[in-house]
Amino acid sequence: MTGFIDTVLAGILLGGIYALFALGLSLIFGIMRLVNLAHGDLILLAAYLVLTVTTALGVPLAVATVLVIAAMFALGFILQRLVLERLLGDDILPPLLVTFGLSIIIQNGLLLVFGADSRRLQAGAFESSSIMLAPGLGVGLAPLTALILAVLAVALLQVVFYRTSLGRAFRATADNPQIAQLMGIDHRNIYAAAVGISLAVSVVAAVAFGIRANFDPSIGPARLLYAFEAVIIGGLGSLWGTLAGGIVLGLAQTIGARIDPEWQILAGHLAFLAVLMVRPRGLFPSRRP
Amino acid sequence: MTALLNVTALDAFYGDFQALFGIDLELHPGEAVAVIGANGSGKSTLLKSLAGLVKNRPGAIRLAGQNIGDYAAAKIVRMGLALVPEGRQLFPSLSVEENLLIGAYGGDRKSPWDLDAIYRMFPVLRERRKSSVTVLSGGQQQMIAIGRALMSNPSILLCDEISLGLAPIIVENIYQMIPRIRENGTGVIVVEQDIARALRSADRFYCLQEGHVTLSGRPSDVDQAAIRAAYFGA
Amino acid sequence: MTVESAHEPLAATTVTSAPKPVWHAQSGTRLSRAAGMVGAIVVLALIALPAVASRNLIQDLVFVFTMLALAQLWNALAGWGGLVSVGQQAFVGLGAYALFGCVTLAGIDPVIAIPLAGCFAAVVAAAVGPLLFRLEGPYFAIGSWVVAEALRLVCAQFKPLGGGTGMSLSNAALVDMTGNKWVQTLLGVRAAVARDIVVYWIALVLVVGITLGLYAFVRSRLGLGLAASRDNAAAARSVGVQTGRIRYILWIAVAFVTGMVGALTYLQKARISPDAAFSVVDWTAYVLFIVVIGGVRTIEGPIVGVLIFWALVYNLAQYGSLYLLVLGVIAVGMMLFVPAGIWGSLAAQRGLQLFPTRRLLARHGPSPVSTQLPR
Repeated sequence: MTGFIDTVLAGILLGGIYALFALGLSLIFGIMRLVNLAHGDLILLAAYLVLTVTTALGVPLAVATVLVIAAMFALGFILQRLVLERLLGDDILPPLLVTFGLSIIIQNGLLLVFGADSRRLQAGAFESSSIMLAPGLGVGLAPLTALILAVLAVALLQVVFYRTSLGRAFRATADNPQIAQLMGIDHRNIYAAAVGISLAVSVVAAVAFGIRANFDPSIGPARLLYAFEAVIIGGLGSLWGTLAGGIVLGLAQTIGARIDPEWQILAGHLAFLAVLMVRPRGLFPSRRP
Repeated sequence: MTALLNVTALDAFYGDFQALFGIDLELHPGEAVAVIGANGSGKSTLLKSLAGLVKNRPGAIRLAGQNIGDYAAAKIVRMGLALVPEGRQLFPSLSVEENLLIGAYGGDRKSPWDLDAIYRMFPVLRERRKSSVTVLSGGQQQMIAIGRALMSNPSILLCDEISLGLAPIIVENIYQMIPRIRENGTGVIVVEQDIARALRSADRFYCLQEGHVTLSGRPSDVDQAAIRAAYFGA
Repeated sequence: MTVESAHEPLAATTVTSAPKPVWHAQSGTRLSRAAGMVGAIVVLALIALPAVASRNLIQDLVFVFTMLALAQLWNALAGWGGLVSVGQQAFVGLGAYALFGCVTLAGIDPVIAIPLAGCFAAVVAAAVGPLLFRLEGPYFAIGSWVVAEALRLVCAQFKPLGGGTGMSLSNAALVDMTGNKWVQTLLGVRAAVARDIVVYWIALVLVVGITLGLYAFVRSRLGLGLAASRDNAAAARSVGVQTGRIRYILWIAVAFVTGMVGALTYLQKARISPDAAFSVVDWTAYVLFIVVIGGVRTIEGPIVGVLIFWALVYNLAQYGSLYLLVLGVIAVGMMLFVPAGIWGSLAAQRGLQLFPTRRLLARHGPSPVSTQLPR
């Protein structure tokens, strides 16, 4: 019985990380209707940047994270204004092809600079410490923090979206970018901010992930797929849905792993396909038209 | 008095297709100008050009002495020219109140139109302020669209076919608001297919046919036959 | 503006025959007919090539043919069908594994196994298609990638075919392959070389068949319907184009041929592993590069693209990651600045079409005004 509870708990915690992977993707889907195939590789880029800042500059992890968040926000802004903006339109080929190309570029760029060896972010005692939720029920502090961060991120984004004028501008631009211009909104800056926020969240995801698992440049695409699955399982258009989707994915994987460790990832894919079969709009789709 | 808006030899293109040919137009503070014409005559294109959704020569459109023909729409709104687009085009993800508030997004200009003023003009919107815009009637949606444009406190308000799809009595109610908007010196350009309604509420009018101005002047100075000829073409 | 009569005036006295139409739709141009002849000569030369070429060249050409085949197939699916898939490696892998299964587990002759492998891929495509079609546009793209990954993991669990580490084809099965003995005697070569030549010919047949098949499809009613759907789905539906059905058939057909290409490729390599057979870089990234460089939605484009790709591979492949990085930069640059691709831009500028897919109005007999065809 405790084995089962352990599995469920592990699944929920894993889901927190998947939700963090997925939030950035969900944001860009929702606001710009853009699919960024380089999303996973950008998460890896963030991980390597944090690694470089901590090892080369000797800066503590938390500070490095904040610095890289700022850097990636700026990178997102530039990426949007210089590259992604030209891709927006009715044709779906350009965004897919260009972001796929970016994915290849980032992966191989990281390979050239850092090599193919596995790396890990060092967080000292934090990595391995755990707290007891209940007698006999311990959870790792790092994964728990990741889950809490995921929840906080969604809550924060919801506040921004629904209670600030910037959030109104985001939603209006997502609805109708041309008419949004008539309101004095420069949709290019809105999109750039959205990409910037997406990358900033991805940094948090990268750090949460990089502390507990080894990473190398080639694992970007897998992150993209998990993020995507979480978004679709949860339902398009809802950030809480994305969080839920991440958790469902995490649970599917840990339950699959319990049956056979080699089945972990496949179980996740199968859960995704199952949701697609019975609830194509996801488990918690937004009610938006 | 000097013109708020000066349009000189305006040509407008959609790709290779020319929609407007050498349009000249003027708008003075507090004036109401009607633009009438059949479908496809270029009325909407004219408003879109003024609002910056269709790009032009810089000097083709002058607003308060500045050449704005090639300015972006977002910039033009901040200069005080607001468009109520054809078909209302409200934001479905935003509530009634949020749709109004978003109109003030670009706003450096704070008065006289704020949320309270809009609600005073359209009381029914205050009751429904939190509801989704998609469940409201056409007339209420049109009120929101007008209110949204007013929230930027424009000196020029462009109205693109605001009577489309609405019952006559609702249209009447809405048109009764135009004088209140003009009170503050705001100039209004109204594009309409309903000729009688347009001419009733306007000081001057322009008639478009296939992208050309075929007739202009005061409604009282022209007769039905001349208007018909200008509207449909010889 | 007056309308010209569509028929020549009837002679006053005759009532026997109907008047001949003055206007007719014409597809061929002088350039396309010339290109057709050049193409036929090139294909004949390629057929005869094994008699004189080195084994390395033959193997290189198999690579070129298979990449071109995959590129044309992807182009058909995405460029014409509007189904942008980043998961076609699924069918390459399925075809490859099906071939290995047929040969190793069922003792079927490898050449016969190729179409069987294609059928296997087609069946999976038919099953998975309806599920994936619930996803639109870009979501469909990633969804197809997920399916490919899932299939890779399933194959990695399949121990009889080597599981995660993979396996090789036994020499016995290869030596007895259909056509091997015949080629050995015809050209006086060893068994291994003969196998390469048989694979080469099959690959040539496949790629020529795919190119001609794509050309026929684009010119057919189905192709026209799909092109219309791409422009305006609602309007196309309203004139009776059954977009969903045509796409589904296209999806299955492409999977079938992709499966055969995968089977053929791994027949030549004679060694399979899940990571290789389902590799997104080998079977999608390179394919996308070829199509982007050459020009999407043109039949000539991928031909241009694969030649450029071959040149780059030949010279740069030894540089590993740097080479991939360069490919990526070129592809992104092309999409941003020359989105029609090299052939696409050239063709648009000069109105070239080697595979004429447009129908132009042409006039019979002497024309009263001018004989200029509209461009």
